[in-house]
Amino acid sequence: MAKNAVITHPESLKRPAGPSEYAKDPVNASLTKADKIALYTKMARVRHFEQRCIRTYQQGKIGGFLHLYVGQEAVAAGTISLLGKFDHIITGYRDHAHGLLVGMNMKECMAELTGKVTGCSKGKGGSMHYFAPDKNYWGGHGIVGGQAPLGTGLAYAVKYRGQKGSCLTYMGDGAINQGAVHEAYNLAALWDLPIIFVIENNGYSMGTSQERSTAHPGCLAKRAEGYNMAWDVVNGHDVYEVRAKTAIALKRAHEESKPTILEIFTYRYFGHSMSDPDKTYRDKEEVKGYRETKDPVFLFEKELLNEGVLTKELVESINAAAMEEADAAAAFADESPEPTVADITKHIYWEEDNRGPKTTSRGTIIFE
Amino acid sequence: MAVISYREALRAAMREELKRDENVVIMGEEVAQFNGAYKVTEGLLKEFGPKRVVDTPISEAGFIGLGIGASMLGIRPVMELMFWSFSYVAFDQVVNNAGNIRYMSGGLINCPIVIRGPANGGTNVGATHSHTPEAILASHPGIKVVCPATPYDAKGLMKAAIRDNDPVYVMENTILYNDKGEVPDEDYIVPIGVADIKREGTDLTIVAHGRAVITSLKAAEILEKEHGVSVEVVDLRSIRPLDEETILASVRKTHRALLVEENKPFCGVDAQIAYLIQARAFDELDAPIGRVSSIDAPQIYSKKLEDLQLPYPARVVEAALKILA
Ligand SMILES: Cc1ncc(C[n+]2csc(CCOP(=O)(O)OP(=O)(O)O)c2C)c(N)n1
Ligand SMILES: [Mg+2]
Repeated sequence: MAKNAVITHPESLKRPAGPSEYAKDPVNASLTKADKIALYTKMARVRHFEQRCIRTYQQGKIGGFLHLYVGQEAVAAGTISLLGKFDHIITGYRDHAHGLLVGMNMKECMAELTGKVTGCSKGKGGSMHYFAPDKNYWGGHGIVGGQAPLGTGLAYAVKYRGQKGSCLTYMGDGAINQGAVHEAYNLAALWDLPIIFVIENNGYSMGTSQERSTAHPGCLAKRAEGYNMAWDVVNGHDVYEVRAKTAIALKRAHEESKPTILEIFTYRYFGHSMSDPDKTYRDKEEVKGYRETKDPVFLFEKELLNEGVLTKELVESINAAAMEEADAAAAFADESPEPTVADITKHIYWEEDNRGPKTTSRGTIIFE
Repeated sequence: MAVISYREALRAAMREELKRDENVVIMGEEVAQFNGAYKVTEGLLKEFGPKRVVDTPISEAGFIGLGIGASMLGIRPVMELMFWSFSYVAFDQVVNNAGNIRYMSGGLINCPIVIRGPANGGTNVGATHSHTPEAILASHPGIKVVCPATPYDAKGLMKAAIRDNDPVYVMENTILYNDKGEVPDEDYIVPIGVADIKREGTDLTIVAHGRAVITSLKAAEILEKEHGVSVEVVDLRSIRPLDEETILASVRKTHRALLVEENKPFCGVDAQIAYLIQARAFDELDAPIGRVSSIDAPQIYSKKLEDLQLPYPARVVEAALKILA
């Protein structure tokens, strides 16, 4: 544990969770009833999709790594809900929620996990490598921190093309200790790029608590000061607060073309991935505490029930529909075909996939 | 002799070296408190304490570089990469620093560092986590690279690596971690740069390393039973230094060579070996040299397809029969 660490938590996290003090923030007050229901529905869909994945994994249909987002829904849902035509996103390997929230459908997402040709990456990427460039979603990256320079590049391209946009670049609390992240910070600030680095601080990088991975563990966003960059800390259990604070950063990106680091405090309920037995580094009580008092989906549900936007019946039907959708996605993945051996050597080079009269290269490009 | 797993063999090597030499330090992500992402270092923190077994942040360039620096002052760090794929974020340290410092100092400095971890495909984790960089790294003079295929070799090579005064990169394989084999109870090493005949034969030489050795042994079994062919399997064990004489002696005996590796074909380890054989044993060959490697594409995620992308026994048998035809 680093000495003299001043924990800089968002104010709202210091109190027990109650009605959101950000409900009246203009960015939330302007939401229609339908908008709010849609936002809740999206969060519920993410949760049910992830929970359905557990079953598919346990059935042995998903191999490799499966990193779940359960507990963190408000982070991706809140931030992505604000994005417009020229706003882009990129993240690490805990990437399913971001995909669903930009509008990928559950079927292509589930089929990717089971390695089917109908998957979003045609069975070539897997859980950690979702992509939907048509929805401004640039992945899905397996190497910790590797997406930070890419996100910086996306922001650069937005600025270069004169668009009023941004790139939200998500990473974990462990990722901030990758060198590439620091280089990206510097470039973003030096060149005034319209980027928001979103640190999804769930307290752990695999089995390493944040205190054991990071000097000055009290506040990860504060490193922004070393780069003369704006920063803020956010309660990631409250989707209204996520929206309110992201909106400020987004405005900074759109109107001033300036970067921001947002550290959003959140929590993951399951192990780091499905292969983590989750027994050595945190106790069950801690997880239980978060589930019972800070659950982002439940808190938003309560909020909207209080506002009279949701009714018990509506909550039930939304969740039932999300479960059904997830089941249908699993069935779709089951029925979908595998890629073929010939598919292995497709999509390596643009040139190879687009051979035609204009192709000039004659050298061997794929070897035996 | 005890029968232990490949994983246990690696762990035993580290434990014995930690005991033997107080300069040995184990370092990496999740190696201590979590007992290792693949449990290779399980129990070492408990036995040796946090000074000798150290958890690091996810900062490969930082901690690998730190290990290289410490090795310059006589520490013998054994650094775990959770996957060798992650060495790519530390490439400057791994290649430029560890590989060049001795040379650039005119021999004044040496870097007795070991970097170890799994380097393999076949586990359904996608392209970013499935790299096999032994050929890339072995192409740099100054670096040693070993790829054990059995528990015996895993322990012996690991101990040799830790005692070695140069940087040694040990490439393990997650699929082999549970494989069992006989390992002597007494102290031993497998010298770096000595290949091993894993199976004797007279009709065809298969040269392989890492898990491709296991695949080749299975293929050799089929070739003998179903086709009456006697296959010799040469396990390189060490990529650099490369035991050229053992390869050549085998080819001189069988007059046919098939090279099997899990790398992609272009500039793979076997490209170098094919050159070696034609340069030094051209007249001995009764047929062109054959090769089986992974299908030339980034590693596919889909499990069924990935199993076909990698060399598997039937493909090795087919390639062997072609050479023997
Ligand atoms: C360069 C690199 N090193 C190590 C890993 C293995 N690894 C994958 S996720 C992870 C933990 C990351 O934690 P954090 O950044 O907090 O994100 P979270 O998983 O909590 O979302 C590690 C060590 C990797 N994928 N890439
Ligand atoms: Mg984390």
